[in-house]
Amino acid sequence: MEILEFVQTNWLEILQMTLEHIELVGLAVGIAIITGVPFGIYISQRESLANLVLAVAGIIMTIPSIALFGIMIPIFSLINQGIGYLPAIVALILYSQLPIIRNTYIAIKNVDPNVRDAAIGMGMTTFQRLIKVELPLAFPVIMAGVRMAIVLTIGIGAIAAYIGAGGLGGYIARGISTSYAAMIQVGAISVSTLAISIDVLLGKFQKRFSSRESIKS
Amino acid sequence: MIEFQNATKVYESVDKSVTAVNNINFHVEPGEICVFLGPSGCGKTTLLRMVNRLIPITRGSIEVEGKNINSMDIIKLRRSIGYVIQHNGLFPNMTIEDNINVVPKMLGWDQNRMKKRCSELMEMMGLDPGQFQKRYPFELSGGQQQRIGIARALAADPPVMLMDEPFGALDPIIRDHLQNEFLRIQKEMKKTILFVSHDIDEAIKLGDKVAIFDTGELMQIGTPDEILSNPKNDFVRDFVGDDRALKRLTLLKVRDLMVLSDGFRKHRLNNEWHGQVISVNENLKTALSHLLSAPNGEVCVVDDHNKKLGVLCVSDFNLFTEVHPKDISIVR
Repeated sequence: MEILEFVQTNWLEILQMTLEHIELVGLAVGIAIITGVPFGIYISQRESLANLVLAVAGIIMTIPSIALFGIMIPIFSLINQGIGYLPAIVALILYSQLPIIRNTYIAIKNVDPNVRDAAIGMGMTTFQRLIKVELPLAFPVIMAGVRMAIVLTIGIGAIAAYIGAGGLGGYIARGISTSYAAMIQVGAISVSTLAISIDVLLGKFQKRFSSRESIKS
Repeated sequence: MIEFQNATKVYESVDKSVTAVNNINFHVEPGEICVFLGPSGCGKTTLLRMVNRLIPITRGSIEVEGKNINSMDIIKLRRSIGYVIQHNGLFPNMTIEDNINVVPKMLGWDQNRMKKRCSELMEMMGLDPGQFQKRYPFELSGGQQQRIGIARALAADPPVMLMDEPFGALDPIIRDHLQNEFLRIQKEMKKTILFVSHDIDEAIKLGDKVAIFDTGELMQIGTPDEILSNPKNDFVRDFVGDDRALKRLTLLKVRDLMVLSDGFRKHRLNNEWHGQVISVNENLKTALSHLLSAPNGEVCVVDDHNKKLGVLCVSDFNLFTEVHPKDISIVR
């Protein structure tokens, strides 16, 4: 088997590229969570803003990934970062915004109005209400958004190799340009395996976390 | 003590303004339960939620314990008022213990005090702390959840409680049971309570005062007996129902009737009694029901120790046609 031989001879490089890929996706989604979750909470308190924000995030999602990377190049050329890591990260952050913002928004909105009413009526401040009641209740849905964002960016991250971001996409890009089938296959399989295993891992993590904070009402 | 002075709520929108609560004036004495009664959309819940400023007042003022609510810090105000809602509003992510401790925790109580208070409240509500305090709300039945809802509102011992149809979502048997327990607890606690209901029977049973609302106006306020025996207008008359004379019977006990009728056919007790028996503490409506189902139209009245006191029959009810509970209490 050509693929097995390829893996045998290049396993160190595959491992390294996988780590690169994880780093790329981890950084992008990490930043997306830090920006997206507060943003989702904010628009859940400000209905007028919500539609606009969700529409814009939706539009970004519809831009084909390769085109978005293309758009990044001239913009980042202005600061001499045209190709490479930075534009890739920014594009991936933009992609992961929508599922995170949308799920946070929906999750907070869907907290039982009676529960919210009780929290306000008992004299919780807005911050206490968020931290003690709304966020714990919204957690599973926000987490679902994060998982979606991660799987999405692992896939799109492979394309980022075309603008020199590194990661497993490198094998696919190189394989295509040199017509090396085994290399393409190894790249593709590695990307899928990574996406699936991280999703399963996060699912387990979420389950463990939620069993403590039971969500049924 | 809660006082409403010209309390008014107007909802303004672009093309019209709706007056949800119009110029309400009355006060509730300390330790009293005042039931707000009326059809949906009558403004009773709006008025209740104005007290803890969940809905801001448009005109007029509301005073709680002598202080205008608008002059108080909104968070402090809410923490000093117990709040119970229909669908209990328990926090599903917290254990029963944590739910009960929400307000004490915000007020900065120490662990021991909270623990003690929590057990005390759960016992008061008839739930074993050891068995329930570590559980989550979804593991409890509807009735149990509602008890916890009440315990949570009582946690920091607020002098004033707002209750928005707390028993509305429960089945009749559990509701009746919780109403009785609630009255028992209130006897000790003596909270000032505003209680929203749409059920006239609940209002009669629980209220020291009943305030009837329609389309944002206060139709009548008075003791249950005043409302039932002397409805002020057609709306109140319709709302309390044509059987108000029967409902009024629930306000009086067999004991009250015995005070009015001397003798009470004691001579009939010389022989062995084979018919129905009723407690002297039973209300007159139940007594009447017993009489109607008794074969010879008579029932024997017994006291708490099962001692036979006399024989009751339907004609005795004539005695109390124009009698009110307050007159009886004077006789007592």
